[in-house]
Amino acid sequence: MDKINKQTFMGYKRPDGSVGIRNHVLILPTITCATQAAMQITKLVHGTVSFVHQHGCAQVGDDYEQTFRTYYGIGANPNIYGVIVLGLGCETHQAKSVASELAKSGKPVELVSIQDEGGTLDAICKGAKLAARMVQKASEQRREPCELSELIVGTECGGSDACSGLSANPAVGRVSDLIVEHGGTAILAETTELIGAEHLLAQRAVSPQVSKTVYEIINNMEKRAFSMGVDIRTGNPSPGNKKGGLSTLEEKSLGAANKAGTSPLQEIIAYAEKPTKKGLVWMDTPGQDIEQLTGMTAGGAQIVLFTTGRGTPTGSPIAPVIKISTNSHLYEKMNDNIDLNAGTIIEGIETIDSVGDRILEEIISVCSGKLTKAEILKQNDFGIWRIGPTF
Amino acid sequence: MTKTNFNFVVLNAKDNVAVALEEIPSEVTVLVTDPTGDYEIIVKDTIQFGHKFAIKTICNADYVVKYGEIIGRSMRKIEPGEHVHIHNLEGNRGRGDQIGQNQ
Repeated sequence: MDKINKQTFMGYKRPDGSVGIRNHVLILPTITCATQAAMQITKLVHGTVSFVHQHGCAQVGDDYEQTFRTYYGIGANPNIYGVIVLGLGCETHQAKSVASELAKSGKPVELVSIQDEGGTLDAICKGAKLAARMVQKASEQRREPCELSELIVGTECGGSDACSGLSANPAVGRVSDLIVEHGGTAILAETTELIGAEHLLAQRAVSPQVSKTVYEIINNMEKRAFSMGVDIRTGNPSPGNKKGGLSTLEEKSLGAANKAGTSPLQEIIAYAEKPTKKGLVWMDTPGQDIEQLTGMTAGGAQIVLFTTGRGTPTGSPIAPVIKISTNSHLYEKMNDNIDLNAGTIIEGIETIDSVGDRILEEIISVCSGKLTKAEILKQNDFGIWRIGPTF
Repeated sequence: MTKTNFNFVVLNAKDNVAVALEEIPSEVTVLVTDPTGDYEIIVKDTIQFGHKFAIKTICNADYVVKYGEIIGRSMRKIEPGEHVHIHNLEGNRGRGDQIGQNQ
């Protein structure tokens, strides 16, 4: 058995200097009309991934930019060896614009248009042939020892219960601090679920400007609830959160904020934006699990830690998601979906730090190739946070 | 044999609620440890795993405190031992329903 050094993992080095932990060929449909053809290619060609979405046309302004940034970021994620960008031809988000941006990273990029190819079957044929060649090339690349400082680790909680803030989230906070200590990057996100805990994070900001931005993005998220004219509690906390003992959004937020550990907050980045700094960063995303997950992977997260008290199947086509239960009952009940258990903290069997160490060991194993349960179950969730109407 | 020793946690000395770490039946007496002197309270409702109960009297419209932080405001007077949840605790944040009412 190879003894993995605690400080390193076996990853794939990319032409732009980044490090991947998977070696996928991505079929990237830049328009909803191309998603079915993209999924057909993944059925034909081993080693390819794709996803279904409903975006890419009749979008304008910031909403257009955010969706474009997500497409680009997903393709640029270091877990992706190369990309077949698949467009229709007439849409707002032009496949060729996404492809030319992606090509700058130095990774293999090919472009296929359904209209140019003369229809679905010819586009699938061309895409599959290009993908098959790319997959074989990808298979020749070997894993090499890489430093933890190369990692961008996304943190997320979904289906929270009252244990989230007591067990799994503080344990993930410990891991977040360890990753930062190793020189890596940890992403905190889900701005909605930090409403009520923002003062604690603002205190940890590295500059007055970052602290000011904390309050700005919180206010903007809260204003969205105001503009709807409803109590945000009608949607968040969710019915399952309430059943688990969480009464208010503030209570949920104070538990969720534990995922950020104790490190200084280096910067706040927009949805699907790549961090410019190492250390703890906050990506401005909604609390909706899949939109948040997609945003973080588009920001370059190679791996995501996901805590859950109610239990979710969540996974990503791009990045392995390690799911951590907040209570032991869930770990036993939904063992098909949950990778690690932090419920032992509630029972007094383990400490927050010892569970944190166990999670870090799992990160190193997964980064070196061990599959997560969501990967094994092909749980390829994908959703882009839309911030404007469709026209 | 009746179990009397139930697991719960008070997360911060400022808190006026405790979190049950197992289901606690009503009418059970629990001992709350406190820097100013430990005291007993009778749990008034069945408290499910993960749910909260008051460990101090919480007046109407008073802050409910957990993790040492405000998690919302009581909607009526809450006695020690009562279940604290959405029936007697409301959030202060994201209250689009109150726009125009208290501004």
